Amino acid sequence: MSSYETHEYDVLIIGAGGAGLRAAIEAAVGDLKVGLVCKSLLGKAHTVMAEGGVAAALANVDERDSWRVHFADTMRGGQYLSNARMAELHAQESPDRVRELEAWGALFDRTQDGGILQRNFGGHQYPRLAHVGDRTGLEMIRALQDHGIHQGIEVHMENTVVSLLKTGDRISGAFGYEREKGRFKVFTAKAVVLATGGAGKAYKVTSNSWEYTGDGHALAYHAGAELIDMEFVQFHPTGMVWPPSVRGILVTEGVRGEGGILTNSEGTRFMFDDIPELYVNQTADNPEEGWRYTQGDREARRPPELLTRDHVARCIVREVQEGRGSPHGGVFLDIAWIKEKIPNAAEHIRRKLPSMYHQFRELANIDITAEPMEVGPTTHYIMGGIRVDPDSQMTAVPGLFAAGECAAGLHGANRLGGNSLSDLLVFGKRAGEYAAQFAMENGAVPIDESEIDTIAAHTLKPFENPQTDGNDNNTGPYDIQAQLQEKMQELVGIARSQESLTQAIEEIQNLREKAENVHAIGNREYNAGWHTALDLDCLLTASEAIALAALERKASIGAHSRDDFPEKEESGAGKYNTIIKKTDDGEMLVRREPIDELRADLQEIIDEMG
Amino acid sequence: MSKATFRIWRGNSDDAQFVDYDTEVSEGMVVLDAVHRIQAEQANDMAVRWNCKAGKCGSCSAEINGQPKLMCMTRLDTVPLDAPVTVEPMRAFPIIKDLVADVSWNFKVKERMKPFAPRPPDAEDGTWRMEQEDIDHVQEFRKCIECFLCQDVCHVLRDHKLHDEFIGPRFLVYAASLEMHPIDTENRLEELKNSDGIGYCNITKCCTKVCPEHITITDNAIIPLKERVVDEFYDPIKKLFRVFSR
Repeated sequence: MSSYETHEYDVLIIGAGGAGLRAAIEAAVGDLKVGLVCKSLLGKAHTVMAEGGVAAALANVDERDSWRVHFADTMRGGQYLSNARMAELHAQESPDRVRELEAWGALFDRTQDGGILQRNFGGHQYPRLAHVGDRTGLEMIRALQDHGIHQGIEVHMENTVVSLLKTGDRISGAFGYEREKGRFKVFTAKAVVLATGGAGKAYKVTSNSWEYTGDGHALAYHAGAELIDMEFVQFHPTGMVWPPSVRGILVTEGVRGEGGILTNSEGTRFMFDDIPELYVNQTADNPEEGWRYTQGDREARRPPELLTRDHVARCIVREVQEGRGSPHGGVFLDIAWIKEKIPNAAEHIRRKLPSMYHQFRELANIDITAEPMEVGPTTHYIMGGIRVDPDSQMTAVPGLFAAGECAAGLHGANRLGGNSLSDLLVFGKRAGEYAAQFAMENGAVPIDESEIDTIAAHTLKPFENPQTDGNDNNTGPYDIQAQLQEKMQELVGIARSQESLTQAIEEIQNLREKAENVHAIGNREYNAGWHTALDLDCLLTASEAIALAALERKASIGAHSRDDFPEKEESGAGKYNTIIKKTDDGEMLVRREPIDELRADLQEIIDEMG
Repeated sequence: MSKATFRIWRGNSDDAQFVDYDTEVSEGMVVLDAVHRIQAEQANDMAVRWNCKAGKCGSCSAEINGQPKLMCMTRLDTVPLDAPVTVEPMRAFPIIKDLVADVSWNFKVKERMKPFAPRPPDAEDGTWRMEQEDIDHVQEFRKCIECFLCQDVCHVLRDHKLHDEFIGPRFLVYAASLEMHPIDTENRLEELKNSDGIGYCNITKCCTKVCPEHITITDNAIIPLKERVVDEFYDPIKKLFRVFSR
């Protein structure tokens, strides 16, 4: 019998980034008891890294904007694989969610007449991103945190959930450990919201921190929920590439929104050479028009640097592969050139992009007001995730909800910049609201004690495994994690094929066997090695799902590119989502589900917007 | 590649000491990279907090050669490598293990401060109008990433351990961000004077010097708050007014 503390809640939220905090605030509106588990300290989650802004059709800068345009932009950006109902709700509700943040103390940059200022971003037809310089995520998470701590929510900082608990078909709680002493905790709950973020740590070059190991994806999958469209992993086109230790750190799309241009080693603005059919009408055909767009000229069309992220990332990879890259294997991103266009350019850049200026000066000895940056794609976000009901965010498991990056449906094959901060507000609120409703309508269910002993034993297994596997192979957690990252980068990255994906699935199986025998040294007190060992299962589950879904989709669409199937659609296949589910005998199974025809009124909007 | 020695604090509150680790270092590395390499290759169970690795989350605060810094933003080419580089947890707080300090006190301080309380909205759609120039200072304060390095260096907390009587520079900045917020209606001056202990700050500006976000903590936040407190409680006319209005 293992020892653990028990904490009883009506609603338990797992994850304390933007989605988790927003869900917790909403769930606590009534007098329900709400618990919030966060893997790090409060306010440190990845939301803090979001730079460019939050997308909301406030129409403060361009009155032609509306939820209908935002809806159409999101659907187009997602290559029409998005869940249309989610895209509709998101576009309709994000303005209110953004305004509400001001009531909680957030201070966005202002327009001349004192309203919330909005900036241009890739794939958004009008200036739509409310922002604070290039630290919008920090502003958002701090506003949510500072409001949230006064709502009676119990926060468990530096706690990790390793398994969900079910009683019969229903969710009944979660099992985890606290970092400081390694003690176990059982959280009972009538409803659980997963808001654990992404799985970017599966890749070697990533903007994601140690936390993003696909926890929510794996927890939900093992609990019987479905994962959808897992093949769509967003490689952000502009990550730092030099020096090696900062490779992958994000360079905000806001640089391009403010007029930054991409050039190759020949000095060519290569993005003009490849403009996709779907965007020809909306894209500038000369540099002058592109510049005017970034400066707010309403008649100008956007420069090709602001095409969707999947496309820009592919173009950069092509330049590098064809020998026109920068010295360290990227391309050049130049904002300093705007000094040809505006007075006081250096000061303007420092004011508009303060953290980028800071980041390059401190980490790369580059003054971005004077010289170009070197950038290349970095793993940034996963569009795929836990399948949820578009209105309530409930998964297939009664009482289990999901929101934010770990949930899926809104972004389809490619997410537009700025749509994740709005996603987590809109659907974080909905998840909190419907989880609270579920908790009120359904009583508590007792947890299954025997299940807890099994999970606890499994959690301690890394301490009991031998240090080598008998063949003198290291079985340390960091080693296994690094091997997985290498393989995912190489085989399930921007360019994929039948061969690479089949090999990836084999490698993942091999690594899973190694992970079964992973060894942790030391004791349970704040032991990073043990934590890394425990995260491996989630990381492997998410990786396998990505590879399996990528193998299933025999086409190149959005963020998913197959060298062996360059066409956007398979002949006769129609539009579909890939669905992953655990079978009764524990196998991971992928299937396709055709996408329903759009509701007539939504189709009308899309037709109208061209 | 060359080698460097890192002298890292290992242990918990009961028993701890510096342990030397040699590791490879290369161009562009920061202290956190070296710590991670040591953790992965030589000390799997070493405790270290970090998240964004880009100076945006404020998790990896530590003392590097005695200086409070973010490990992720401290390049090795700014640190002498001919002698061992000492890395230890923030000393103004209790230690949990290795490089991880117990910063929970900070979260409790924030919880007891009066929250933001906006005036009624200016417009029918529930929004407010604010001029950019009126929010510039508050935006400066809101750049804070809560790394608590300013708390770590503040002698009132670090040396005199007055955690029960003084909220420290971080929360004076937080108070300033609320007090100077153009639509906030709350008054926090009495708490600032009494329970928050603003008088303990004798403006040595140590906090400003270590702030990785370059917030001018003392000049822009603490001094104006001190002036407001003085105006409120020590202005002779106001004092007289208070006597008569009792």
